[in-house]
Amino acid sequence: MPFKSTVGDYQTVATLETFGFLPPMTQDEIYDQIAYIIAQGWTPLVEHVHPSRSMSTYWSYWKLPFFGEKDLGVIVSELEGCHRAYPDHHVRLVGYDAYTQSQGSCFVVFEGR
Amino acid sequence: MSKKYDAGVKEYRDTYWTPDYVPLDTDLLACFKCTGQEGVPKEEVAAAVAAESSTGTWSTVWSELLTDLDFYKGRCYRIEDVPGDKEAFYAFIAYPLDLFEEGSITNVLTSLVGNVFGFKALRHLRLEDIRFPLAFIKTCMGPPNGIAVERDRMNKYGRPLLGCTIKPKLGLSGKNYGRVVYECLRGGLDFTKDDENINSQPFQRWQNRFEFVAEAVKLAEQETGEKKGHYLNCTAATPEEMYERAEFAKELGQPIIMHDYITGGFTANTGLAKWCRKNGMLLHIHRAMHAVIDRHPKHGIHFRVLAKCLRLSGGDQLHTGTVVGKLEGDRQTTLGFIDQLRESFVPEDRSRGNFFDQDWGSMPGVFAVASGGIHVWHMPALVAIFGDDSVLQFGGGTHGHPWGSAAGAAANRVALEACVKARNAGREIEKESRDILMEAAKHSPELAIALETWKEIKFEFDTVDKLDVQ
Repeated sequence: MPFKSTVGDYQTVATLETFGFLPPMTQDEIYDQIAYIIAQGWTPLVEHVHPSRSMSTYWSYWKLPFFGEKDLGVIVSELEGCHRAYPDHHVRLVGYDAYTQSQGSCFVVFEGR
Repeated sequence: MSKKYDAGVKEYRDTYWTPDYVPLDTDLLACFKCTGQEGVPKEEVAAAVAAESSTGTWSTVWSELLTDLDFYKGRCYRIEDVPGDKEAFYAFIAYPLDLFEEGSITNVLTSLVGNVFGFKALRHLRLEDIRFPLAFIKTCMGPPNGIAVERDRMNKYGRPLLGCTIKPKLGLSGKNYGRVVYECLRGGLDFTKDDENINSQPFQRWQNRFEFVAEAVKLAEQETGEKKGHYLNCTAATPEEMYERAEFAKELGQPIIMHDYITGGFTANTGLAKWCRKNGMLLHIHRAMHAVIDRHPKHGIHFRVLAKCLRLSGGDQLHTGTVVGKLEGDRQTTLGFIDQLRESFVPEDRSRGNFFDQDWGSMPGVFAVASGGIHVWHMPALVAIFGDDSVLQFGGGTHGHPWGSAAGAAANRVALEACVKARNAGREIEKESRDILMEAAKHSPELAIALETWKEIKFEFDTVDKLDVQ
């Protein structure tokens, strides 16, 4: 009888940090994450970068952080606006926490090619 | 007015039991759980603890009169019953700030848990908590980097960090060891860790390990596009060798090193923490030997004290137990000392075992590390208990995957991210743990196999050391 191994091959994948191991989010799922950011009192912020320098500390801001913005729809349209302006760039959403000067949330919404 | 010298033996309580005393903001306060020998009054036992851990000795001595002992003495200012225990009681003792050298945790512990623990009038003694005055805290450097800086250096946001200890813990050659590091990191972990027993043994000398690990870390970063690190254990026989290893880790461009702070000692730890601050290196702290000191409910030092001491001595990550895994740890108690590691102010809360308000001022926070007998099924509970400012470490739960460490790492990463995503979306992740993991496994064969492999493994034993509440 021919031997068939039950061991699978794990292929290394290039990922973009948090949520990089999950399938792309649906529109509703993205809404949930934005709602979480706003509920925590964090400032939504959109950043983008060309894939060739995705590991750099500083990605370009899209406009400025959206200080005080509570409207989910506005954040979604800014994400889309950034993606339209830079279709080949990675676009990520950050929940910026001014109290810790850190990011309470950060994940890539659109992957560039 | 000058006092007269009156040679002889006085009762401790005449001098050291001062129930009217109101502690100062600058006093260092301690809560001891005391169990005296039969027939010795509580006040005398408590006063003896205050005396023997500060200025007192068994006999009056003439040289006491050369100083103002009332200014320097420790005082027991309160005694409380321990709920549910007829023998033991809590003694609250206030120590003046000037009894301690600035920035020296070694000195604080030498005083507070020195000779007094062998004192014959006591059957058992346990240091339950210390309130460090802000005036003392400001003399300590504390964590070399802290939580926010570590996140910035490692580019990890919005989730707990994921790690794993390399196994087998002893016996691999440097090259084989580096291979296992590479497999874990390429599979999606943020960190791998030297086991605490790994120092520089005949089968694997430290330089050899450091070089192969550095190559593995670099390669995994290039291939995954994510920041990676490995805790290079610099614990050594002498401080000189410890610094030599730290310097070499820096030379190799590594982001993080590791130290065992109890076996290595507080002096070594504080020194290494200062080196890390100066050299831009993160510091992971292991706690071997802690259970010898902290597990007995009536004798020793509670881990919340050891955790506070570590935050002052310096470290960016500290092991805290897992609550759900193979090692001892009650949930409320663990939450209590995790707060001591991460928050800037922790209020008194007996239901979490915190006996005092503790103001940490601007002291940076320490990541809580959960490690020991945990696997993917525990992920939802771990995320709920520990929150984002933690490192979750799966050893057997990574390497034990039927496809190997890389697939095990990927399974854990998928499970972690699924839990964080669900939590953010407002789901109750502990209650819905099964659904969340099964849904995530639909997109990840690695996770599906991990869930199958560990589905029956539980560690349900009663906790030995419980909070004293009724």
